[in-house]
Amino acid sequence: MSVEIETQAKCAGEAGHSGPEIRSDVYVRIEPSERGGIAIELESRVKPYYGESIRRQAEDVFEALGVKHAHVAIRDEGALPFVIAARIEAAARRAELSQGTRVLPARLVLPEPSPRDRMRRSRLYVPGSEPKYFINAGLHGADGIILDLEDSVHPNEKDAARVLVRNALRAVDFLQCERMVRINQLPLGFEDLEEIVPESPDLILIPKVESPSQVLKAGRKIAEIKANYGMTRPIWLMPIIESALGIEKAYEIATASEEIAALAIGLEDYTADLGVVKTATGAESLYARQRIVNAAHAAGVQAIDSVFGDVGDMDALRAWALNSRAMGFEGMGCVHPAQIAVIHQAFAPTPAEIEKTQKIVAAYHEALQEGRGVVSLGSKMIDPPVVQRALKLMARARAMGLAETTVE
Amino acid sequence: MAVLEKTELVLNAAGRMVPEIANGRAQGPYLGVGKYQPRGNKAAPPIRTAADYPENGDKRVADLEIALRKCGLRDGMVISSHHHLRDGDRVSLMALAAAARIGVKDLMWFPSASFPSQQSAIELMASGVIDHIEGSMNGPLGDYCTQGRMRGMGVLRSHGGRWQAIQDGEVHIDITVIAAPTADPFGNCDGSHGKSACGSLGFALADSMYADHVIAVTDNLVPFPCIPWQIQGNNVDYVVEVDSIGDPAKIVSGTTQITRSPDRLRIAEFVALFLRDAGIMRNGFSFQAGAGGIALAFVSCLKQMMKEAGVKARFVRGGSTKYLVELLEEGLTDYILDGQTFDLSGVQSIATNPRHVATSPFTSYSYHGKGNFASMVDAVVLGATEVDANFNANVVTHSDGRLLHGIGGWQNCLAARCTILAVPSFRDRIPVIVDQVTTLCGPGELIDVVVTERGIAINPHRQDLMDAVKGSKLPIRPLQEIKAEVERICGGKPQRPRGGDRPVAIVKWVDGTVLDSVWQVA
Repeated sequence: MSVEIETQAKCAGEAGHSGPEIRSDVYVRIEPSERGGIAIELESRVKPYYGESIRRQAEDVFEALGVKHAHVAIRDEGALPFVIAARIEAAARRAELSQGTRVLPARLVLPEPSPRDRMRRSRLYVPGSEPKYFINAGLHGADGIILDLEDSVHPNEKDAARVLVRNALRAVDFLQCERMVRINQLPLGFEDLEEIVPESPDLILIPKVESPSQVLKAGRKIAEIKANYGMTRPIWLMPIIESALGIEKAYEIATASEEIAALAIGLEDYTADLGVVKTATGAESLYARQRIVNAAHAAGVQAIDSVFGDVGDMDALRAWALNSRAMGFEGMGCVHPAQIAVIHQAFAPTPAEIEKTQKIVAAYHEALQEGRGVVSLGSKMIDPPVVQRALKLMARARAMGLAETTVE
Repeated sequence: MAVLEKTELVLNAAGRMVPEIANGRAQGPYLGVGKYQPRGNKAAPPIRTAADYPENGDKRVADLEIALRKCGLRDGMVISSHHHLRDGDRVSLMALAAAARIGVKDLMWFPSASFPSQQSAIELMASGVIDHIEGSMNGPLGDYCTQGRMRGMGVLRSHGGRWQAIQDGEVHIDITVIAAPTADPFGNCDGSHGKSACGSLGFALADSMYADHVIAVTDNLVPFPCIPWQIQGNNVDYVVEVDSIGDPAKIVSGTTQITRSPDRLRIAEFVALFLRDAGIMRNGFSFQAGAGGIALAFVSCLKQMMKEAGVKARFVRGGSTKYLVELLEEGLTDYILDGQTFDLSGVQSIATNPRHVATSPFTSYSYHGKGNFASMVDAVVLGATEVDANFNANVVTHSDGRLLHGIGGWQNCLAARCTILAVPSFRDRIPVIVDQVTTLCGPGELIDVVVTERGIAINPHRQDLMDAVKGSKLPIRPLQEIKAEVERICGGKPQRPRGGDRPVAIVKWVDGTVLDSVWQVA
């Protein structure tokens, strides 16, 4: 969105990308005209197969937008229909042809609502302006997919990316993954919420949170949109704390809203804030991470670790993730699908842990059956918090397919 | 000059319309797998006498033009070459350019495969030096053919089918020009040494045995004997020394990197898991995979699983790469039986390790022999451009009808005990699983498993494989279901591009019958 667009009444609008290196995206340029209907000039990598379909789709989108006359150039690199629709809509908005009108692709059946305490070992970041990563993102087994509107999207692309992400929430099957969106910092994030919330994401990540009020503002906006649309399905919040000030306010932030399901830490920005180098062992962020874990547990929400940026070093990732679990985190972020399996393995309880836990759970059930209030294993008394932790760990182990589902 | 004939088309046993005559020769339509019964005797070159060759064994002549003249090059002859130097080859074009200088016309060029760097053959076709090419064509050469600009008809054969055609006398080679990374003055040739080393020379073997005249061209002449002699000097007429037979950087690649595409890695992992869970990966087993991104990643996954399970292969089939060489060196396979050598590790290994053995298309692939190795391989992992719901597959054309790849050993490999196609379910919105393949290269009855990033489909006629993976965690799904899912993602079935009605090339089956036609595109 340039200044020109605001000053000139009838200017061309463009969106998307094309070129030999671009895949699964499309470039659209719309030049409003006075007469002559919609004149489409189409180039496409898949023209022999979908040329007619693209043309038809473009005409339908313009009709829905109420655009009667325009010169349209489409350079397609094999974009899927939901991407084509998003790019045309974004270009039309930039040409000031369709403020407010949304052209929504058919919506897949929504998955079951996400439980507040669902397993969140891994969350895969997908840049919101790179549609080629969308369609298969769910295949790689992550617990969550984050369609990112914040740092991975160029400031000039925010408007187009939120239309694309909105369409993806409707048209892409993310399978078992929790459907998450990372919005921009407020107030830009409000525009993201306007577009995204009606499509029922399971969880919204709020970046760079330093005070409870940021969470409250976002939460109120979400509640307002949900009310407008008559939505009751939960949309959980995951504030990301990325600064020294945010760390100091961790507990207040974690308890700011009933909708908060997890508290995450973002180490790139945190170490930058401290002016220190992020190392492979993370010594520089030890306090911050422990503070997050403690605040999250005190607030009854999950503690979620940062992403691990070096996608080439699986051994270092494994070491980080094992340490992360030992510290009390329940998951971490992924920037490449290859990291998912390593993280899941690291966050899985060990066979020895499971065996010990099974014994505790069995003793607990025995005590229950016999009507005893005190659980004991051999000569040892087991404290109630230990029993609670054991029950939770067994549930996780079952969810990860590491223990029989019949034991309870 | 063989002008593209007006020829009758007949329906073959695969339901495909194929010409009865191509380049002036009667063609038999495909009859079904194993149905065609060959008769008669093999072809043979003329008997020669040592009296006509130098007693001191020195067959050198000054240059290729002189050698071609001495071989009696004239209009309409068949000149062949091999493709072991891949995109780095200089010898094929050197020979064709020398033929152009001599002034002959209407040659048939019969390479074991052609490469993009050989696109100047188009000028030789335009000027009439070359009438047509029988051999794989892709890139600009493929477009030239499918646009209907080549005068004769293209004939696409598998590596084994090329041996069969030479041996059975379907193609008579007048002169073969063999690029030799090392040779001696007698004509013994070796591919595994020299600055242009390429490993095996198997694709030139039939040419050396059956051609009327054989010219060896080398940039590394050694005194007799050249050891090993992959090509025997007793079949060679002339030896020509040149500065360079090829560009080493393009002959073999450096270390080939495994794909980092998560979708492709997922496909590779599924293939390896399938071999493990179906019980195919067991002590003494064998497999073959190419050098593409998915294949390399597959080898890497399988290696890990073999180590974990303590399983060792009896042999693996090349195209060899660093990844197969590592299996050999780490004791995870007893042998590499190598048809072609893709990277530097492969070349070094075949030159030094007696368990890394060069094979020929006769031993590996030829259907008209007393058996071949391909049917003894437990599992083979192949690519494809398209596959239909009945598992019929295409490997030569795009869905728009343009020639894209050669057949290579692909058709021959279908004889393996378990044939797996490892393919993405769509590329750039274009579904790979289609209603009908553009060009039929492999009958579905020989294709057992299709592995995509969205699931694994087992051919219903392989109930044994279905049973073998029952209870595993693999995402086994009907091919139709994956097809429907992809069509939903892509926004419906693609339009069928308008096909021409004139055949510009034929696809041979491994027995020499015609499996399908490639049609002229607009």
